[in-house]
Amino acid sequence: MYRSRVIPCLLLSGQGLVKTQKFKNPVYIGDAINAVRIFSEKEVDELCLLDIDASKDGQEPNYQLIEELAGECFMPLAYGGGVRNMDQVYRLIRSGVEKIVINSTLCEDTTIIREISDTFGSQAVMAAIDVRKSMFGKYKIYSHSGSTEVKAGLESHIEALNTAGVGEIFINSIDKDGTMTGFDLDLIKKVSERTNVPVIACGGAGNEQHLKDAINIGGASAVAAGSMFIFHGKHRAVLINYPSDIQI
Amino acid sequence: MIAIIDYGIGNLASVANMLKRIGVQAEITSDPAKIETADALILPGNGSFDGCMERFRATDFASIVEDRVLNEKVKILGICVGAQMLGKSSEEGDLPGLGWIDMTCKKFPDDIGVRVPHMGWNHVHCEKENHSLLQNFDESYRFYFAHRYYLEPANQNDVLLTCEYGLKISVGVEHDNITGVQFHPEKSHRYGKSFLSNFVQGL
Repeated sequence: MYRSRVIPCLLLSGQGLVKTQKFKNPVYIGDAINAVRIFSEKEVDELCLLDIDASKDGQEPNYQLIEELAGECFMPLAYGGGVRNMDQVYRLIRSGVEKIVINSTLCEDTTIIREISDTFGSQAVMAAIDVRKSMFGKYKIYSHSGSTEVKAGLESHIEALNTAGVGEIFINSIDKDGTMTGFDLDLIKKVSERTNVPVIACGGAGNEQHLKDAINIGGASAVAAGSMFIFHGKHRAVLINYPSDIQI
Repeated sequence: MIAIIDYGIGNLASVANMLKRIGVQAEITSDPAKIETADALILPGNGSFDGCMERFRATDFASIVEDRVLNEKVKILGICVGAQMLGKSSEEGDLPGLGWIDMTCKKFPDDIGVRVPHMGWNHVHCEKENHSLLQNFDESYRFYFAHRYYLEPANQNDVLLTCEYGLKISVGVEHDNITGVQFHPEKSHRYGKSFLSNFVQGL
């Protein structure tokens, strides 16, 4: 039977992993290689690694680190962070990355989706969208790690991604990030209703019920979580964990 | 030594990595000499059918591979689009496949109640009993899939594994020395290691 994917989402900052709350106050959690190794040993469905400094700082991906991390993964690895051109994509794929996650670049131009798709297949490109709810309850897209408001509305952006032939859409709620209070189900529904490709929900997962709701109520095809798999207990002690046999 | 054929497509490092982890000597290569003498061949594939076929045919070792597979009967394992290439054609493209298995590739219909591509983990069913490639397989075995087109072998006898995604599809095929799997064993944890071990053991 097909199972919905449950994907740990790790944030890379420098050489280490961090965790944020509402995209602010990054807290160092630990060494990236160690964490990836543990997740692979726990046989997670897939892993998503996002460099949260790269697009803001205009940096290149850390290919050496990525290659080392990919070497520890016996599951698919998605990488994102400042990806802007095909040279970077080629290098990343060669380093062992299965899926390229693109966010800020797509807010300006979606052409790279077709380029990646034509060379590596549409399953190799995942569009990530970071969203905040405005005071008036409207969803607004933000690029560059939540720092820059994007003019295009959520609906038109999704349409542009669909037209460009994206393989998957990763929808992230900035407001819910790191809170472990549950996903923004309305947001997920809004996205899953407007696209035929798999939607990965992220932002707010705190327990298994949240994961199930994102899929059964929100219509997501897969769920991603950071804090839930990194922290344990009310004092948020770092303890990498992953449900061993989750039934969604 | 197992040669992982490098014809300029996709992520070969993961295949090499998993083989290394299970203690198998494997090399990513585009060197005709190495391909000529390898104990077995792995044909990976990513992206489009035509894109892969075109690149493969443009290499200086394509005929060596064909000769070894068809005449010498060296074992070859096609993975994902590499498996699709083993057939005669695909609805995805216009170019002919290698034609080593009587098989075509079909597009998932739009109205089967599931999102396409078939992306994620799915359980597989063994269609053959006591087969060397399926040792240790049980109902828990699952693999990672990422595809929009699926294998359709003409002969039921060539079907090794199936799975369900909107409809029942073949995901493992075998004809003599030629094997193809739609899933990515190199991205399927212990299940992938088990399958690759079976493949290697039979050499």
